Amino acid sequence: MSLITTLARLEAVDSGRARPLATVCHRHLTGRPLVLVPLTTAGEAGAPLGALVGTDRDAPRLLAVAQPRDRDLRFAFLAELAEAVLPHIESAADAVEPAERSEVDPETGRRTKVEVELCADAAQLIVPSRAGIDFVRLLGRSMRFRRTAEDDPDTPYPAPARVPLLGRWLTHYGERARVPGSSLLLATTDLLNRHWATGQSSLEDQHLGALLAWIDPPPGESGAEAAFRAELARDGAGQLLCPPAGPATDPAFDNRLLAPAIEAYDRARVALAAAEDGLTADARLGELSRAEREIRSLLAAVMRPTWDAVWRGLDLARGLPEGARSQDRWTRDRWSFTAHRDRVRAGEPPQPRRDDAVTAARKLAARETAQAQVEAQEALDDPLVLAGRRLAGEAFLGEVTEVEMTYTESKRPSPRPLVTVRTDERPHLGERTKVYRSLDGKPQTAEFVGYAADLAGRHAAESVAHAAEGPAGAESALVLRITDRMGRGREPAPGSVPEPGDRIAWTLFEHDQRGGPALPEAENTPWTHGGPPGGAEEAEKPDPVTAEDLL
Amino acid sequence: MTTVTDPSAAAARATDAILGDTLRGTARGVVVDSPPGAGKSTLVVRAALELAAAGRPLMVVAQTNAQVDDLVVRLAEKAPELPVGRLHSSDSDPYDKALDGLDNVRTSAKAADLAGLDIVLSTAAKWAHVKNVEPWGHAIVDEAYQMRSDALLAVAGLFERALFVGDPGQLDPFSIVGADQWAGLSYDPSASAVTTLLAHNPELPQHRLPVSWRLPASAAPLVSDAFYPYTPFHSGTDHGDRRLSFGVPSDGSGPDRVLDEAAESGWGLLELPARHTPRTDPEAVRAVALVVRRLLERGGAATSERGPDPVPVTPDRVAVGTAHRDQAAAVRAALTELGVTGVTVDTANRLQGREFDVTVFLHPLSGRPDATAFHLETGRLCVLASRHRHACVVVCRAGVADLLDEHPSTEPVQLGVTVKFPDGWEANHAVLAHLSEHRVTWRP
Repeated sequence: MSLITTLARLEAVDSGRARPLATVCHRHLTGRPLVLVPLTTAGEAGAPLGALVGTDRDAPRLLAVAQPRDRDLRFAFLAELAEAVLPHIESAADAVEPAERSEVDPETGRRTKVEVELCADAAQLIVPSRAGIDFVRLLGRSMRFRRTAEDDPDTPYPAPARVPLLGRWLTHYGERARVPGSSLLLATTDLLNRHWATGQSSLEDQHLGALLAWIDPPPGESGAEAAFRAELARDGAGQLLCPPAGPATDPAFDNRLLAPAIEAYDRARVALAAAEDGLTADARLGELSRAEREIRSLLAAVMRPTWDAVWRGLDLARGLPEGARSQDRWTRDRWSFTAHRDRVRAGEPPQPRRDDAVTAARKLAARETAQAQVEAQEALDDPLVLAGRRLAGEAFLGEVTEVEMTYTESKRPSPRPLVTVRTDERPHLGERTKVYRSLDGKPQTAEFVGYAADLAGRHAAESVAHAAEGPAGAESALVLRITDRMGRGREPAPGSVPEPGDRIAWTLFEHDQRGGPALPEAENTPWTHGGPPGGAEEAEKPDPVTAEDLL
Repeated sequence: MTTVTDPSAAAARATDAILGDTLRGTARGVVVDSPPGAGKSTLVVRAALELAAAGRPLMVVAQTNAQVDDLVVRLAEKAPELPVGRLHSSDSDPYDKALDGLDNVRTSAKAADLAGLDIVLSTAAKWAHVKNVEPWGHAIVDEAYQMRSDALLAVAGLFERALFVGDPGQLDPFSIVGADQWAGLSYDPSASAVTTLLAHNPELPQHRLPVSWRLPASAAPLVSDAFYPYTPFHSGTDHGDRRLSFGVPSDGSGPDRVLDEAAESGWGLLELPARHTPRTDPEAVRAVALVVRRLLERGGAATSERGPDPVPVTPDRVAVGTAHRDQAAAVRAALTELGVTGVTVDTANRLQGREFDVTVFLHPLSGRPDATAFHLETGRLCVLASRHRHACVVVCRAGVADLLDEHPSTEPVQLGVTVKFPDGWEANHAVLAHLSEHRVTWRP
């Protein structure tokens, strides 16, 4: 945890309210996100219990599984979920704008510009918590290899038509959520924790209700009290006033409300099956649907507070202006969305269970680049984030006091102005450390030459000690040599060199990230990594049937 | 000397076996584990020269530019006539200017310019950008345990066969983003290159160097037991071969007493009163700086097997190690304030592979309220405790043993991942138990 976050948390404890960690919103929020509040069945991995889903905060669509252990009902739920989610994705997939992408021409080996489609906006998916993201990933994994009757007429338990497709999309969203700074699939708790610091532990910050209580407590109550109530307060029947944001449910709800309701439903089903004539069957069918309605209303009651909390969280985040560079990251999300759309349309097989060596290395490299990029961009977009980096010695703000023109020694001398910057901050500068500033949105590089006092010949120890260890407010003067972005001529382009009096933020980290080297294609995987992966049939073989499968 | 074999002979036997497998073996790869200071660089240079002499085009992959430059200089010392290429990046100042003074070293940012030279050296990062060239017959991968699996993936297409050399006890490579998703896969991109290599090619011959020439007889048993329990090694020198003495007697202060203890026994623990502190604990930082200053002020002199006369311990023969960069910055500032210059102060990551006469390190767990995986990492402590030829002084707050007992390792066990022994918790306890015999308590 950085020093400034620690400070913000201490202040939050002190004041009883969450403290801002950002002055702008660092995640892109679309105008029409799809919110998904899923619930899972206790003790049965990957058995969905219900969900609220939709784009209209006043009209969520309720999906429920009356008996989660019944595979047919589970498939019916998944089919319904596909119906609720896929149209949202497809509407975004169909609205495109022309774009250019550079591709390597397979014949000439040159990079050329190609006209391609880019989805004008990607379909954003919001879940309440990080566990919700894991559940999206789990649902994706459980659906994408299913076979429909159309895929394979002989499959014994065909999945409903659109279920495998939903599995592929959810898998894509789950993978994309692992890319730092991406906004395609967001957890509300992550979104809020990025922008506010509470006075509770980071474990407690995963509780959406408690988190909202700190950020936006009811009038007259402190965040700590409100959070305590959100976590623990129960009604007369022993039920939590603020049910967990899921997908796991509260055991008191499971035991006292849900289990009896599911038992009633099971009994009604058995009774219906045993009905001997039409009249009894009709009556018992009524019993059954009454039992089902009961379960649905129970689930709706525990999911609705979470649903409302997600929208409240979105409102809070939308209250911040959007950071300038988050749009740039959203464009990458759109590219990723478009690329997946194209893979699906091209009839490519579902994502494999495990990445091969090359894919894994590529993903890791891309995510490391994205991590460095989001850290730099957030600091450039937001003075409060930059303040944290300044406090850590990774950036500094200073006033230019002097500019001296010098030139490189060559036949065509280039400008290398020496800029003296006065600052009371303590950046971790070493000999020839590179520093960057933003000039018209592009980074300009300078290198650290030394402390002005040392260069003037004063006792070195004194001034360095001042810079690094002096009391707050002790100023030092740094000399930087600007090395680029001054045009091609002997004299620097107008406006490209700082002038005395300018206050400039310099960073020790780069503003843009260079991508890593190209990796070999999967079919050229070297011997050190096991050689090329096996054929398609090896990768896509279904799990073998074991004795445990047939009880 | 009845049961102990001659260290030089043991080391020579190991080296011969390695060179035999490399030059005449049939396996595509040979792996060499080397404990700290066991002559890894010497081995790399010798293997490179023998491969070049056998007429095999050779590429050398190291991890940092400093390592590459160091190898180039060593090669040029041993074989000034050998044409050597240094492939470098296109950044400004990409290599040590000393290379420009070497006649047979050609430097270039393009691999094509260096084609045909006997040996071409570069970093893994630069090699990864080399495309469309004829593969080399042989490669030497230096510091292979510090290389990440994905970095090896990017360069492995450039060579047919390779010698992998490294120290398994040092810091593992790391990733700035989570990579749990691939944990347990044989080609986990965040694992070390050797882990992946051996997972796919378990039949490759593996050797190890049995003698540490750097670590004194006082340090080798501890480092070997604590960090290499299943692959023990010995010191190349015996007790009494190395001595550290001071021209100025002790003034009775904590720093002086701990220096005397370290000179006598090879280890010293300067223990400050227990306290939870910020990372840049001002008292501990100042204590580190004072120890360094007194070491230099008192005219430390080192006698070793290299010569009969004591050699003064100058600032360039002293290093300070820390866990974090801000701690290193704070120590640097404190040293400057005391008027000490020229001493290397850096984090464990950056001290890897380096050697000094005397080291002083701030214990990674000193003053902490918790013991995280980062601070418990075996490799971090191993690097800090194995950089010295004569003596090592540790500065630490009291209470680390209790802290360890309150924070047993709780890292999740991942299926398919080989559990590393010893874990950091155990290694920390082993080192602490030994250090407590050389404890000097001091209240600044």
